[in-house]
Amino acid sequence: MANVLELQAIRKQYGGGNAPIVEVLHGIDFSLQEGEFVALTGPSGSGKSTLLNLMGLLERPSQGELLIAEQATSPLDDNQRTALRNRYLGFVFQFHHLLPAFSAMENVLMPMFAGQGKRTRAMEERALFLLERVGLAAHAHKKPVQLSGGQQQRVAIVRALANQPRLVLADEPTGNLDSQTADEVFQLMRSINQQDGVTFLIVTHDPRLAARTDREINLVDGQIARDIHQPI
Amino acid sequence: MQFIWTVAWRLLREGRFQSVLILSGVTLGVAVVVYITAIVNGLQANLINKTLSTQAHIVLRPADEDNRAVVNQAWVLSDVQKRTQRERTLRDWTASRDLALATPEVKHSAALASGPAFAVKGGVRKSVSLMGVELDDYQRIVPLQEKLRAGRLALPNGSVMIGVELAEDLGLKVGDRLRFDAGGDREESFTISGILDFGLKDLNRRWVLLPLRAAQSLLGHPLEITELYLTVDDLFHADQTALRVAARTGLKAESWIESNAQLMTALRSQRASSTMIRVFVMIAVAFGIASVLVVSVVQRQREIGILRAMGTPSSRIMWIFLLQGGMVGLVGSAAGSLLGAAIASGFSRLAAQPDGTPLFPVDLSPELFISTALTATLVGVLSALAPARRAARLDPVEAIRYG
Repeated sequence: MANVLELQAIRKQYGGGNAPIVEVLHGIDFSLQEGEFVALTGPSGSGKSTLLNLMGLLERPSQGELLIAEQATSPLDDNQRTALRNRYLGFVFQFHHLLPAFSAMENVLMPMFAGQGKRTRAMEERALFLLERVGLAAHAHKKPVQLSGGQQQRVAIVRALANQPRLVLADEPTGNLDSQTADEVFQLMRSINQQDGVTFLIVTHDPRLAARTDREINLVDGQIARDIHQPI
Repeated sequence: MQFIWTVAWRLLREGRFQSVLILSGVTLGVAVVVYITAIVNGLQANLINKTLSTQAHIVLRPADEDNRAVVNQAWVLSDVQKRTQRERTLRDWTASRDLALATPEVKHSAALASGPAFAVKGGVRKSVSLMGVELDDYQRIVPLQEKLRAGRLALPNGSVMIGVELAEDLGLKVGDRLRFDAGGDREESFTISGILDFGLKDLNRRWVLLPLRAAQSLLGHPLEITELYLTVDDLFHADQTALRVAARTGLKAESWIESNAQLMTALRSQRASSTMIRVFVMIAVAFGIASVLVVSVVQRQREIGILRAMGTPSSRIMWIFLLQGGMVGLVGSAAGSLLGAAIASGFSRLAAQPDGTPLFPVDLSPELFISTALTATLVGVLSALAPARRAARLDPVEAIRYG
């Protein structure tokens, strides 16, 4: 199966200049295959967020190479990385982070709109289709503040799917939801993964959630402590 | 483009309070600029208009006669007195007129034969200034239509037009006869065809318009004139045109700018100070726009971060804020132009003459609004530059985490 993402000996250091240099990641190697549903776990301070930012092309590694769709990313300039991020990656944040000035439908089509610069009928149709899929077609023209927390997070998940990404990176997607809503949101991601074959990498510190994924990568002190493929 | 417009507009609309604040600032600033410009331009145009309503732009006269030294060149003269300039005339004036008219900037010309005389009526002698003119030519230089108070605008042979004060002093009305004595036994009687108001009492007492031929013979120099009046295309470069005309014709050319030097100085300093005010108001507006946008960039950090994370190029983020600056400048200038125009016309109504007509017209030309709108939009974009760069350079990770 094809690699969606591959990390080769990734190191990340912060500081320099007057500040002491701190290494957060000490050589990370793993790859994600198409259609995988992966949990990234670990205590706070273990480097999960940094790793997620590196995978999302929001930061550059200090050493090592990161490949997306088998393409090395270190030679790319910022605009190319932005374009790659737009086409191949989707993000779901903990605090859903919808744009308050735009309706649910507009939020969903935003990655397409932002990437291409102009808005088309096809984009609106895709946004409506995605909202319908998560049962929010009736709320398409509501602003985020008019939606409940669970509804907002569902909008955020389909927003991540707008450009038909190969990989969705989710940072504590159920972190601030009650357990029932969290379960629904988790189920939604799972079903998208199974139906569309989109790879998911979910950062979580909820062991029950991690146990329900295909694979758990456990990060401790900037190194991979465990990488277990779980039987379902 | 569409993306930039949509996001810029939505963010402005959503940040209602800030947008209203920033727009009011721009509106007020632009209103001040429009008001001052309209008033100052109107005032200046009116002053120049009034000044030039009885003057030519350029007056050509015979060159000065200089003393010629009769002593040996080796001597050094300690004091040379200029000789008294006799009333001199232009003999071959049609050639000079053609040369002057051939200068590209010169529009019209009119010949004048002027000189002193007495108006005599019932034993009363009034000193007057005879001005012999071809009425059609003269009117192209000094419009008389609105100056006419009685009679008609015509100078048939044997007729004169006089000022209102002279008519009153001598108890004259249209159709009456008046005798002029130019000295040296040269006397002639004329019929009054029209009575004029030149706008200045002194001129109304002295100026007498009569046919060119009649003036020439009365003043004792038939076929000769004393001055050539010229108008030019560009009023404010009349001094330079005068130099060119002088060089071509060999005559002395004096422009209205030289003969009204004090007025020009006053106008220039007024213009300079109004420009200063406008510049500083625009700078204040620019600072206002910039500071509100900086705050808005900080407040929208998280949204900018999300937009960046989902793959919005940083150049598009920059354009969003530049566009916001431009939009604020444009919309503010439209509102400000309306407000400024309203205040200016209100002021001109307030400062009206007793008869209700405004003291001077305010200058509310389309050019003023267009140039103000362009300037304000440009100022908006420029002042958005720093906030926009800041937004474009935001690190999406930090923006999302701490925004």
